[in-house]
Amino acid sequence: MAGENGSAFDAVEQGPEASGRNTETPHGGVGNPAEHPSVTALQGRFDSAVLRHEVQAGDQHVVFLDPGSNRAVLAWLRDDPEQRYDLLVDVTAVDYGGGRPLQIVYQLWSVPHKRALRIKCELPLDGLSIESVVQLWNAANWLEREVYDLFGVEFRDHPDLRRILMPQNYAEGHPLRKDFPLRGRFSRAEQTRRALSQDYHDDYTPEELEVGGAPGLAPPELPISTDEVGTRLD
Amino acid sequence: MLSEPMLINIGPQHPATHGVLRLICELDGETVLKVTPDIGFLHSSFEKLGEYRTWNQIVPLTDRMDYLAPLMYNCVYVMAVEKLMGLEVTERCKVARVLCMEMERIFSHLLWLGTTAIDVGAFTPFLYAFQERERIYTLHENYTGARITTSATRVGGMMADFPDGWTDSLRDFVKTFPKTLNEIDSLLTTNGIHLGRTLDIGVISGEDAINYGFTGPNLRASGVDYDLRKDNPYYDYETYDFDVPIGENGDCYDRYLVRMEEMRQSLRILEQALDRLPGGPINVADPRVSLPSKTDCMNDMESMIHHFKLITEGISVPAGDCYFAVEGTKGELGMYVVSDGGEKPVRWRIRPPSFVNLSVIAKLAEGHLVSDLIMINASLDIVLGEIDR
Repeated sequence: MAGENGSAFDAVEQGPEASGRNTETPHGGVGNPAEHPSVTALQGRFDSAVLRHEVQAGDQHVVFLDPGSNRAVLAWLRDDPEQRYDLLVDVTAVDYGGGRPLQIVYQLWSVPHKRALRIKCELPLDGLSIESVVQLWNAANWLEREVYDLFGVEFRDHPDLRRILMPQNYAEGHPLRKDFPLRGRFSRAEQTRRALSQDYHDDYTPEELEVGGAPGLAPPELPISTDEVGTRLD
Repeated sequence: MLSEPMLINIGPQHPATHGVLRLICELDGETVLKVTPDIGFLHSSFEKLGEYRTWNQIVPLTDRMDYLAPLMYNCVYVMAVEKLMGLEVTERCKVARVLCMEMERIFSHLLWLGTTAIDVGAFTPFLYAFQERERIYTLHENYTGARITTSATRVGGMMADFPDGWTDSLRDFVKTFPKTLNEIDSLLTTNGIHLGRTLDIGVISGEDAINYGFTGPNLRASGVDYDLRKDNPYYDYETYDFDVPIGENGDCYDRYLVRMEEMRQSLRILEQALDRLPGGPINVADPRVSLPSKTDCMNDMESMIHHFKLITEGISVPAGDCYFAVEGTKGELGMYVVSDGGEKPVRWRIRPPSFVNLSVIAKLAEGHLVSDLIMINASLDIVLGEIDR
């Protein structure tokens, strides 16, 4: 716990601090779309869905899409013979904090054309929902689960949208959001109590547990009650 | 005879899962009907921790992710930050990082080789491989002072230049290692038991492999020619003379062959890099990242202020984002860094190759025996520190 005068550990009780240098989401340089063949093609074909284009870190082209049409545009990027972005390298999200919209980031790579493209969709914090792209790339399955787990973005039509890195019964929220304190939201005692009271019923439905024909077993007795554990560590 | 399927649990504390990985298997007799990997036991929220640290303070987090190739992770992180800053490192630093990264490829593949062989019942290659790994551990220790937690890079260069005689020790390793590699090769490559355990096990076609996000040796074993060192070269890889081994069948045996050949190709790169290692400074002389000399600090006030600000605040990176990927030991290893112009990142994301590769295990293992599941898991070459992050 932080002392009255404050210490270096104060930060763990808060979300990460912004530098304060940019109150707006940083924009990259305005690039020339003609430098990247896919950007001009996208602007020509999906005029209303392509919101803007920018160039980051010198030569990395980023296209901002309307979140409502992400799957249609990405499907075209994957299948069009001139584009062929067949490798979905990464799906992730960026929270800039301060109530700004959350960005979903798709890193694409085209194996035949040896080209990279970054696609971003901005979602308002009160509408964190976007269509899943698992139907296009199976690689998106775990990557989208991770974004769901750590940022709380719902991917519509995802076949198996469960937490992946955090425990299934985790109730403190979504850790990579900027308002999430490093220490977590619950007290140490409560976190310990929850960690010790996990059982496989959190992870599986009764039908899954009955796969061998036998009903699921009752959770084992702990040597001490879980309530008692919390108080001992306080 | 039991006709109903049976649910068994492998791990998380099981030596054959190569880390703290739990595999929930639904079996019919010994045949795997369905396998569900359960991960997250090692989750340390490195990405969240990074948002509380200055840019250079993140370097020690990177080697704790993949403790089988720590220097590779150190390098790619600072390479991403340098790319975002538009910073060009010195020629000596470039070659030094190539040396580090190719050494780590051998280091990581050797662990995979030893532990995979042991999973199919061959104990000898494990001992041979770990003896050679120990020599790389010694090289790590002589250079960075640590065997695993190397933290060897800084934005703009390395923590220090190589110590005297270090490149000679590395050259000695490059000369003598092929003998051991050939011995292991002769023990496994045409070994009937090894062939029986790996041929046609865990097959995936090239098209599927791309769709499932496979990268690295796993993808190349399925016949897809994709290697970032050739296709999107960084650090002058296009000027090195080396081949990229490509498999045909995409089974465990091809993944084995590809990695064995990759070690030989890494040795070729190491030899060329050692020959061309230029002199000169290893750290870039750029006021944004490098400290002024002690003499300057003592003699003029601007240098003193500059030194003070760099130490107390850390370096600041221009606003923007950057994705930088290298051909890692396990697949495409990328770092995505986002800055708002401050001394700490807004977001630091690792594109985890093992994470994506492991997600395919459910497809690969379906219909195989439980013992093959162990082989398939081993052939993917995963490291849980990086999967869980």
